[in-house]
Amino acid sequence: MSVSIKPAPTHSSASGGGSADLGREPNKVKPRSFRASDASALFGSMLAAAALVWLLFGVLLPVDNTAMASLAWMATFLLTYRFALKHTEGVLVARDRVMAVVVGALAAIVLAALTSIVIFVTVRGIKYLSTTFFTQTMEFTGPVDPSTEGGIAHALVGTLQQILLATLISVPLGVLTAVYLNEVGGRFSRSVRMFVNAMSGVPSIVAGLFIFATMNVGLGWSFSGFQAALALSILMLPTVTRTSEEILRLVPGGLREASLALGSTEWRSTWQVVLPTAKTGIVTAVILGVARVIGETAPLFMTAGGSPVMNANPFEGAQESLPLYIFRQVKQFSNEQTIPRGFAAALVLLVLVLVLFVTARAIARPKVERTGRKWRRRPRRSRTRGHRAGTSLASGTARGRRGAHRKPRLRRPSQRGAQRSTANPTSTEEEAL
Amino acid sequence: MGDLIFRGVARTAGFTVGFVLFLIGLFLLIRAIPALQSEGFSFLTTFEWTSETFGIGAILYWTVVIALVALVVAVPMAIAVALFIVEYAPPRLRKLFTSLIDLLAAVPSLIFGIWGFYYLQPKIIPLSRWLSERFSFIPIFASERGLFSSSAFIAGVVVSLMVLPITTAVIREVFSRVPPGEKEAALALGATRWGMIRTVVLPFGRGGIIGGAMLGLGRALGETIAVYIIISPIFTISPRILDLGANSIAAHIALRFGEAAADPQQLSGLMAAGLVLFLVTLGVNAVASVVVGRSRSAKGVEL
Repeated sequence: MSVSIKPAPTHSSASGGGSADLGREPNKVKPRSFRASDASALFGSMLAAAALVWLLFGVLLPVDNTAMASLAWMATFLLTYRFALKHTEGVLVARDRVMAVVVGALAAIVLAALTSIVIFVTVRGIKYLSTTFFTQTMEFTGPVDPSTEGGIAHALVGTLQQILLATLISVPLGVLTAVYLNEVGGRFSRSVRMFVNAMSGVPSIVAGLFIFATMNVGLGWSFSGFQAALALSILMLPTVTRTSEEILRLVPGGLREASLALGSTEWRSTWQVVLPTAKTGIVTAVILGVARVIGETAPLFMTAGGSPVMNANPFEGAQESLPLYIFRQVKQFSNEQTIPRGFAAALVLLVLVLVLFVTARAIARPKVERTGRKWRRRPRRSRTRGHRAGTSLASGTARGRRGAHRKPRLRRPSQRGAQRSTANPTSTEEEAL
Repeated sequence: MGDLIFRGVARTAGFTVGFVLFLIGLFLLIRAIPALQSEGFSFLTTFEWTSETFGIGAILYWTVVIALVALVVAVPMAIAVALFIVEYAPPRLRKLFTSLIDLLAAVPSLIFGIWGFYYLQPKIIPLSRWLSERFSFIPIFASERGLFSSSAFIAGVVVSLMVLPITTAVIREVFSRVPPGEKEAALALGATRWGMIRTVVLPFGRGGIIGGAMLGLGRALGETIAVYIIISPIFTISPRILDLGANSIAAHIALRFGEAAADPQQLSGLMAAGLVLFLVTLGVNAVASVVVGRSRSAKGVEL
């Protein structure tokens, strides 16, 4: 290859032809340069495509469908863009630009889907939100009563109790499992990690079916909020375990070493040094676990059962929950009176999830800032969870050697630091979630 | 002494996870035995579900179809989103976008279901109609009755959004581990950014892409309530994914649970269906972790 790589600042004259592509370094060496001609090609193609689609869909064969039209516009735009660039910049650059647009467009579609979910639920739900909606139950409201009657008080109480119970069950278990995986270790830690991963793949309906099979069929109990909590804790446990394990990995080995060097036992250094250091992270883990299960519907059919009246005792009798309420109103009764109620409740649920999610982020964030520089320089293990095993690329049996007595780990920041510094300097920051 | 207890307790907690997993399989199996005994092997091949004879042949078929549709939609999108986050987006946007994808994972499946049914479905139906009019010679796009609502296609599209976050997470993780030296080598040899991605990032990330897709498949197979809300259940099989009607094991269990609660035999059948679903998802997830574990790029990425 006889191409000399020098960043010639000329704009590539349209010398055309495939063979000239290699001579066009400016774009290649600095992939983010964006020139006026690029802008004109981009917006020109957009306009041209829009005109063409308008001609086709608007004038020649009128189709009243924005979704189809925008799909057609996207396709036309890409073709035009590619054609335009191919003639001015060559085929390689054209391909590069077109793919950049494709990647960006697909990412934008995903974002648009998320936005439209939030907007749609908000618009449909906000009309029927009122104070009575939060204070009333459905005890005296039938499926044909107007949407303004009835409320979600009983569902909120049910959800709250079920989630609380599920948290009480799954959080100690999950954090202990994380401690086992990260602090104690041992021969079985590998299989335990495998179990946790397998559990996170258990379909929610199977969890419900399992609780029904053991409690209702096996022990002869009838529906109750407690059973719902059991089913939810099965779903919550893997989230809590994995998130808190990630957090525990962030605790600097030096703290453990210091504690052990002062003569404390392993148990004391875990309880008084490691866990307090990871406190906010564990709170994040709990919140993410709650966010994971608060919208679960399927397992509640066969555990909580659902009821239109207030039942504040989670250990006896069928109980309503927010997801069950939404489902019943929107899908089961499904008439003009119940659907708006369902959407209003869906909005409440969505807001709850959003609040939980944002809280989890907000709690996780100061951690990075407070620990500041010192931690930032450390190899960040949160995002790159695999790095512990990932380092095993370098040191073959790192994982296998994590024997029963776990030595405080000494890491080599250099390896990882080097890897990251060039690749994506900022993406791995503060993503402890 | 204290340490011994501490380790014992922590280890017990760890084992509890495995024990619960074992119990799930065990209890479903125990409850499924009556149905499996009366139906035998035909449980997997029967296409109907009444209180006398039932089997999951058609249901299993549609479960797989919905999951495949979801994957066909989700995997290219996940690759694109991962590429966008790792290679294209400016650093500031990168963090934001990662958070937003995580947020997508936090949206309850029930909300995906009602959004899919009330918002997305009316938008997709014209596309379905157009596809079936233009490409009816391809069996999967053919239509029998010209009704396009509640189809496997729509359910698949909605499920694809639900599996997107987890698939993206795995793929992104792998893409971010591409050795910078190799990327820079490609750029230094004059590759465009896309050329670099095509020759370095994508080949390096292949293991992660396959693993992420498998993991998404596992989630898609077990998706319940969104599918339940969207589909209208049928018990025949056909290749026409755009046509009205589909089914899925999870949705079927949720749908029939009410009436089956009073009918031990049918309940046992649902337990058997749940057992099949449980085993299939476990198997798919296991294969996913093997695939990821074997590849060079994704070694150590936790699923």
